[in-house]
Amino acid sequence: MEHLEFRFPGRPGLVWKAEGKLVGVVGSGNLEVLIEPADLKGDCLATISTSIVGFGETWRQVLTDFMERHTLSDIRISINDGGATPAVVSLRLDQAVADYLGAAQ
Amino acid sequence: MYQSSMLGKPARDWTRLEQSYRGRMERGNAISGNKIVPHQDAVALMEAVIESGDRVCIEGNNQKHADFLAAELARCSPKRIHGLHIVQSNIALPTHLDVFENGLAEKLDFCYSGPQGVRISRLVKDGQVKVGAIHTYLELYSRYFCDLTPHVSFIAADAADRDGNLYTGVNTEDTPAIVEATAFKSGILIAQVNRIVDRVPRVDVPGDWVSYVIESPKPYYIEPIFTRDPAVITEIQILMAMMVIRGIYEKYGVTRLNHGIGFDTAAIELILPTYAADLGLKGKICRYMSVNPCPTLIPAIESGFIDGIHCAGSEVGMSDYVAARSDVFFIGRDGSMRSNRVFCQLAGHYADLFIGSTLQIDLEGNSSTATHNRITGFGGAPNFGSESRGRRHASPSWLLAGQEASRDPHRMPRGRKLVVQLVQTFSDPTSPTFVERLDAWTLKDSFGLPLPPVMVYGDDLTHIVTEEGIANLLLCDDLAEREQAIRAVAGYTPVGLGRDRAVVTRLRAKGAVVYPEDIGVDKRLATRDLLAARSIKDLVRWSGGLYDPPARFRNW
Repeated sequence: MEHLEFRFPGRPGLVWKAEGKLVGVVGSGNLEVLIEPADLKGDCLATISTSIVGFGETWRQVLTDFMERHTLSDIRISINDGGATPAVVSLRLDQAVADYLGAAQ
Repeated sequence: MYQSSMLGKPARDWTRLEQSYRGRMERGNAISGNKIVPHQDAVALMEAVIESGDRVCIEGNNQKHADFLAAELARCSPKRIHGLHIVQSNIALPTHLDVFENGLAEKLDFCYSGPQGVRISRLVKDGQVKVGAIHTYLELYSRYFCDLTPHVSFIAADAADRDGNLYTGVNTEDTPAIVEATAFKSGILIAQVNRIVDRVPRVDVPGDWVSYVIESPKPYYIEPIFTRDPAVITEIQILMAMMVIRGIYEKYGVTRLNHGIGFDTAAIELILPTYAADLGLKGKICRYMSVNPCPTLIPAIESGFIDGIHCAGSEVGMSDYVAARSDVFFIGRDGSMRSNRVFCQLAGHYADLFIGSTLQIDLEGNSSTATHNRITGFGGAPNFGSESRGRRHASPSWLLAGQEASRDPHRMPRGRKLVVQLVQTFSDPTSPTFVERLDAWTLKDSFGLPLPPVMVYGDDLTHIVTEEGIANLLLCDDLAEREQAIRAVAGYTPVGLGRDRAVVTRLRAKGAVVYPEDIGVDKRLATRDLLAARSIKDLVRWSGGLYDPPARFRNW
């Protein structure tokens, strides 16, 4: 296992008020993502536990692109990865945000 | 004077091929005395009618194979027959290469060698196979009518009557092209059939074109290669399918098209009745298709999405379903489908769109399925997946693509076929689809090929769809823009990470790079719930029990 942590400066915009959103199941889709509000002084924090070692740079890129696609602040993202592709990670993250936005409307 | 010089020459005999045919038939008739030859006499018949140096075709396509005759040819004596030039579409069975190892054949012109790719590579390196050229299907069959006409062809049919009339049924495939070229250029045509009957259900090949018929000890080999189990379609493939429907089919109004045969295009087929129907696209897209009867098409057909399908071949388990849908498929008076690879390839070539998958794409958009140690060949994809420069009739899709491709309003306007590659950025965790240099270059060097084997050339390609988005190459002004549009959808591959973000932003503004949110693709819908069928059993249910899947696809 490898544990990674990335902190991003938040961007004021979407304020995550709802409860934590869990998407994906490790057993079937080899990835679990939990997004929840947290007091991070406006920042966003991603922590990753992955069974595949040595892809820290790719994780950083995937999460940077995710942060660019959305305006997020004060959220914590917890990822439990069993070898998902960057595509699946991005899709799950986007689905979580879209679900939240849909629910807030 | 003209006339006098002619008079001085000895008269030429203009019927040597015909005389050769008569001689071969006399020797063949001495073996059997009948058009119907017992299978035990196959080797003797072949040794009687084949001459050394002949061009020989053993019918073998994606599916149907003259496998008995292939095995019997490999048993012939190289002392009697040698120096054969094999001219046939597929090198798929071990016996196809046994004829080279056994010293019967020397030269090979072919199209595709999927499962024998590694062995053929070794035989080429050892000098036992001299490759003339690797073709597409349409090219090889075209050459049958120019310089590569077979002297002897072995074909496969379902049934024959005692006059040699053949019934090829749903698996007609390449038979008409082979038969036409061979029979009308004084060639010998030997058919293996599954059974001899008093009366064939329909005449697919007239008996007087056929030289000999052999009832095979067992039915010809056929493989279900177009069956894709919906159970293994991923959410990423569904997301990509959604982008194709919104970003390409809806945008251009694509009604006539050809689908590749992978899971990526199966995902498109399976969300037509759900996603595309909800968008109000029924009757507006995907109305006519040139494809085999892939089981994943069933829900779209049942939903009334697809008006017509012409098939290159059939698919195991689909016969009853297809026969019951004669408004959609091409069906004989006997009630079974008629397939024809050449006509299907032509229909697909002149359609509005081709979409398929590949293994590698370079920075110009050239794509290849070649890997460095195997010669697999081309098959039919290059003819489907290429601009049809001879096309003259217009359609909304063709005109819009042509407008996008146009760089100068003062030049002659013309339309454009859409050629789309649908790929995930990685084919497996260590193999990026996007590469700086195709493995095809290595293959060219290893095997002394005249060119790298490119499946779809970059200048024929119009769109690349990945899980990241769509690169619209029509809207790129030059190769530098094209490269950045490709990098923009190449994700986290080294090629993708090398993109210039400022250029990509500019390309996105003009529509040359499109991300899901730009075309209203809601990623929340990208789940397996969107599939009209999520299992083979669902497909059987959609078909009203008419689809009869092969045992290996049944898990209930």
